[in-house]
Amino acid sequence: MIRKHTDRTYEAELQQLRERILLMAGTVEEMIARSVRALVDGDAELARRTIEIDGKVNLLERETDELCLLILAKRQPLGSDLRFITLALKMVTDLERIGDLAVNICERAIDLSQGPRFDSFADITRMAEIAQQMVTHAIDAFVRGDADRAQQVLDRDDELDELYHHVFRQILAQMLADPSLVERGIHVQSVAKVLERIGDHGTNLAEAVVFMVNGTDIRHQGKLDSI
Amino acid sequence: MTMLVHEGQPTLLPRLSASRKRERVERTDGVAPKLRSRGLRAFFGKKEVLKGIDLPVAAREVTAVIGPSGCGKSTWIRCLNRMHELIADARLEGAVELDGRDVYARDVDPVLLRRRIGMVFQKPNPFPTMSIRDNVLAGLRLTGTLARVRPAEVVERALRQAALWDEVKDSLTQPGASLSGGQQQRLCIARTLAVDPEVILMDEPCSALDPIATARIEDLIHALSDRYTIVIVTHNMQQATRVSDSTAFFLMGELVEHAPTNQLFTSPKDRRTEEYITGRFG
Repeated sequence: MIRKHTDRTYEAELQQLRERILLMAGTVEEMIARSVRALVDGDAELARRTIEIDGKVNLLERETDELCLLILAKRQPLGSDLRFITLALKMVTDLERIGDLAVNICERAIDLSQGPRFDSFADITRMAEIAQQMVTHAIDAFVRGDADRAQQVLDRDDELDELYHHVFRQILAQMLADPSLVERGIHVQSVAKVLERIGDHGTNLAEAVVFMVNGTDIRHQGKLDSI
Repeated sequence: MTMLVHEGQPTLLPRLSASRKRERVERTDGVAPKLRSRGLRAFFGKKEVLKGIDLPVAAREVTAVIGPSGCGKSTWIRCLNRMHELIADARLEGAVELDGRDVYARDVDPVLLRRRIGMVFQKPNPFPTMSIRDNVLAGLRLTGTLARVRPAEVVERALRQAALWDEVKDSLTQPGASLSGGQQQRLCIARTLAVDPEVILMDEPCSALDPIATARIEDLIHALSDRYTIVIVTHNMQQATRVSDSTAFFLMGELVEHAPTNQLFTSPKDRRTEEYITGRFG
């Protein structure tokens, strides 16, 4: 385990940055869970209250960015501190985007709150669980400095992608069978796509954690050779 | 003695692109280094201050040496041009090779060696009453080779290389001490360059300078690295990241890690390096 900084103010600034990211992550995790619950339960009021939370995420993004810039200017960090701060700058962007995507789900939940339920909701709920776990586990890996746990998050992205394709086919079948469901079907399909995108952001977070812990960039592995 | 016969250097070497330089740093192990210390141990009396340093210095690159006070980094560079032996009670074991030849061999003249391996010190140390011109020529005068050159040409070349010519060309007869601290340090670099060295050792060359003067010296180091092999000892890690191609981290007389600078300051391999560069020491 790496020791604490000789400069206690610096140590406190890094700790503050860690706490901000955790707070932001915890907030967007909650937004994902609430948005999907609002969708499944047809609860427009829950969806509206969840949308309001996004303002807090946006504020946290700005504050965290500002703190990163301040630390870069004051400390000129190196080594694992440099990796941590550049990672933090990327993480806040992913987390803020996840918040926006949860807002998209809430908007669809409001649209869909009137009318019959869709058969695909069970799989949508499953997708939401996986997407939320990916974010939770990536943040958990970040807190523990655990590259193996981050790697497990990356492995789950394929599962989420497969589920998305399954949901897409399921919705398509329902719309073909009953064209009156087309408008609602498109809304549900867009929610599935949003959850798949949240999984992609979870992947970004996990890749960033691997870089922070090991110093190795594992992004786009096997895809850069041809460039 | 034969090794110290001064070989003519090409007047202009092709400038290497950053990527080519990086590539060269990464394969330093496969290329014959300009300098190499082998199992170098240095002592002050019974105290061992260097405990067997094996470290190659790649040709026409900048090698930075970092480490906490007392780690042996200054002693190490002073061993490279045999300045360590000038201190009473100092002794040394192991070898330092310049182009593969041991500089501590019996037939090597240390004065001539120091022409090939020049040194710039922490505090600018021009001869205060000597004119700017004579300061530049001091090394040639010391080695008795002034008669073999055209002094005016040497002075202009060295001052231009040290990026000082434009500022002093009209005041060459003024004393060296009339210059600012940053100018004095560039004058000392010009004095080192005047004897046409192959290697330049710099022992914290910017620690007594303000940020603007520091930036000028760093710019100069970058320009000189196309033609000279440079070793710089610095306490300023950001400076090491800016000027060097590879960095060596010393701790308590031992070499902990030597790696391409980009790697050492972002993802060091050794925990002790990590703790030092992030300020988690002691």
